[in-house]
Amino acid sequence: MAEETNGTGVIHSTAAELAAAIANGETTSVAVTQAHLDQIEAVDGTINAFLYVDAERALEQAAIIDHRIAGGEQLGPLAGVPLALKDILAYRGAPTTCGSKILEGWIPPYDATVTKRLLDADIVILGKTNLDEFAMGSSTENSAYGPTRNPWDTSRIPGGSGGGSAAALAAFEAPLAIGTDTGGSIRQPASVTGTVGVKPTYGGTSRYGVVAMASSLDQPGPCARNVLDAALLHQVIAGHDPYDSTSIDAPVPPVVEAARSGDVSGMKIGVVKELGGEGYAPGVEQRFREGLEILAAQGAEIVEVSCPHFTYALGAYYLIMPSEVSSNLAKFDAMRFGLRVGDDGSRSAEQVMALTREAGFGAEVKRRIMIGTYALSSGYYDAYYGSAQKVRTLISRDFAGAFERADVLVSPSTPVTAFPLGEKVDDPLAMYMNDLCTIPSNLAGNASASFPVGLAPEDGLPVGFQVMAPPLADDRLYRVGAALERTLVDRWGGPLLSQIKEIAR
Amino acid sequence: MALSPDDVAALARLARIELTDDELAHLAPQLDVILESVASVSDVATADIPPTSHALPLTNVFREDVVRPSLPVDEVLAGAPAAEQDRFRVPRILGEEA
Repeated sequence: MAEETNGTGVIHSTAAELAAAIANGETTSVAVTQAHLDQIEAVDGTINAFLYVDAERALEQAAIIDHRIAGGEQLGPLAGVPLALKDILAYRGAPTTCGSKILEGWIPPYDATVTKRLLDADIVILGKTNLDEFAMGSSTENSAYGPTRNPWDTSRIPGGSGGGSAAALAAFEAPLAIGTDTGGSIRQPASVTGTVGVKPTYGGTSRYGVVAMASSLDQPGPCARNVLDAALLHQVIAGHDPYDSTSIDAPVPPVVEAARSGDVSGMKIGVVKELGGEGYAPGVEQRFREGLEILAAQGAEIVEVSCPHFTYALGAYYLIMPSEVSSNLAKFDAMRFGLRVGDDGSRSAEQVMALTREAGFGAEVKRRIMIGTYALSSGYYDAYYGSAQKVRTLISRDFAGAFERADVLVSPSTPVTAFPLGEKVDDPLAMYMNDLCTIPSNLAGNASASFPVGLAPEDGLPVGFQVMAPPLADDRLYRVGAALERTLVDRWGGPLLSQIKEIAR
Repeated sequence: MALSPDDVAALARLARIELTDDELAHLAPQLDVILESVASVSDVATADIPPTSHALPLTNVFREDVVRPSLPVDEVLAGAPAAEQDRFRVPRILGEEA
C-alpha cells in the first residue's frame, strides 16, 4: 500500500481495501492500526473525537490477527480494520462514560453484544468516541468532556449525539465507527460531516450493553466513509440476540449485496412533501434535488408522498423520549456504580442520591428527566404521554400509506448544515429542530440512513440525503446510497472527503 | 401553563435532583417553552386512535431456564462507590427519627 500522499495513504483507504490488503499480506493490521493511532495523536487534540484511546490493546489485538493471517487462517471481510466505538457501548476493560460525569471512570465488566460481534469479526477497537451526555443532543456540546469539532470547519459542531464517531471518520482517525440512533444521532452527524450513517430497523441490532436512553427508540448502527464499508459493518453487528428481548429473530437483510449492486431501476422513490420548504437551507434543498435527479437518471421513478402527521413527530418524540429517559436514568442512584457525592455519614441515601444527580448530570439531561417526570405525572399523563403515543400510531400509519406508493422515502437528513459551536447550546428548542427529518423513523421503528450528496454552495459544508425504508428492508437504503455514491464520486472526481482541508493542529 | 420555579422544584424532588435556586430560575422558562411546543400532540390525538408504546409488536420472550455463571463478586463491586464485606455499602436509608 502506498505511503501517505495527497489523501491516498493508509488512513484514506476504505475499510474494504484495508481488509483486502491485510488479508493478502500487502500490509499488516499492526501497521494499519498504528497509522490510525498516529493520526489520532496528530489531530485529536483539535478534534476531540476520542474520550479514550485504547492504543496498547488495539495493537495487541492487531498483532494477534496478523499472526493468524500469517498462519494461513481465513478471517472475515473486515478483519484487522480499526474502528471507533461510541462511548455508550460497553467494552470490557475500557472506561464507558456516556459523556457524563456520573459515570466518569466506570469500567464495564462485560461487552455489549455489538462490541462482542466486532471483536469476533476481528475488527480492531481503537477507543471510545465522544457524544452528547447519554446521547442527548445534536452537537456533542452536551458532553461533560468538551465538544467534538467538525473536521470540515473546527469552529462548527460535528452533529450529535454521535459527533465523535462521525468526526473520527471525517478526520481519518478511523475508517469505521459505531453510533446509536434514538432520534437521529447516527444520521445527523453523518449528514454534517459528509459521512455515511445507518440506523437499522428497530430490533435489527442488539441493544444489550448499550446504555439506554429511550429503550423503544434506541438503535445501534454502522458509520463509515462509504456505502459498502457501512454495509459490511452492518452485516457484522446485526442479527438476532437472545440477550435483547426486542431483537428481531429474522435473517439480516442482504445489505452487502445491495451496496454492491446499487441498482435503482424501476424503484419508486417517494419525496416526503412535509420535509422541505421553509426552514431548509437553499444549498441543502439544491443538493437534495440533484440527488433525486441522479436517481431518476438511473431509472428510479420519483413520486411525491404526503405524511401529514410528521408535523407532530417532534412533539411526540420530545414527550416519549424524555419519559423513557426519566425512567431509564433512575438507575444512576449513586448506590451500585458511578459517582457518589455527599456521603459523609450524616446524610440519607435519598439525600446522597439527589446531590449526586445534581453534580453528575448536565443541563440537558436534567431538562429531559424533568420533562419526562412531568409528562408521566398523574393529571398530565393523558394529555402528554398518552397523546404522544397516539401520535406515534398516526406516524406509523403515515409511513404505511406512503410505503404503499413508494419503495423508499427520501428527504434532506437535516434542514441546515453544521452550525457554529455555542449557537444553540442554551436554546433547547432550536437544538431539537435539527432532528426534524430523522425522528419519524425512530418513532415508527423503520430503517433509515444518511448519505453525503455534496457541499452546500453557500457555506461549503456537507449535506446529507436521507433514505427511509420499511422495517426489515434495510437493504433498500444501501441500494439507493450506492446509486448516489457511484454517480457523485465520478462527478466529484473522488470521495467527498477528499475535498476536506487539512486540519490545523 | 407557565411553570414557576416552585413547580420545577417539585419536579426536581420527584426526579431526585437537588437543584440550586439559580438552576430553578434558569430551567423554569426553558421547560415551559418545551412543554408548550410539544402540547400540540393533543390536537390530533383523538379518542379513537390506539396508543403505540413500541415500534414493533412485542411478545414475551423466554430463554431456556439454564443456570449460567454470574459475574464474580469483585468485578461487580469494582465499579461501586463504596463496598464492604462483599456488599454495596450505602448511606442510611431511614430518617434520623426512625
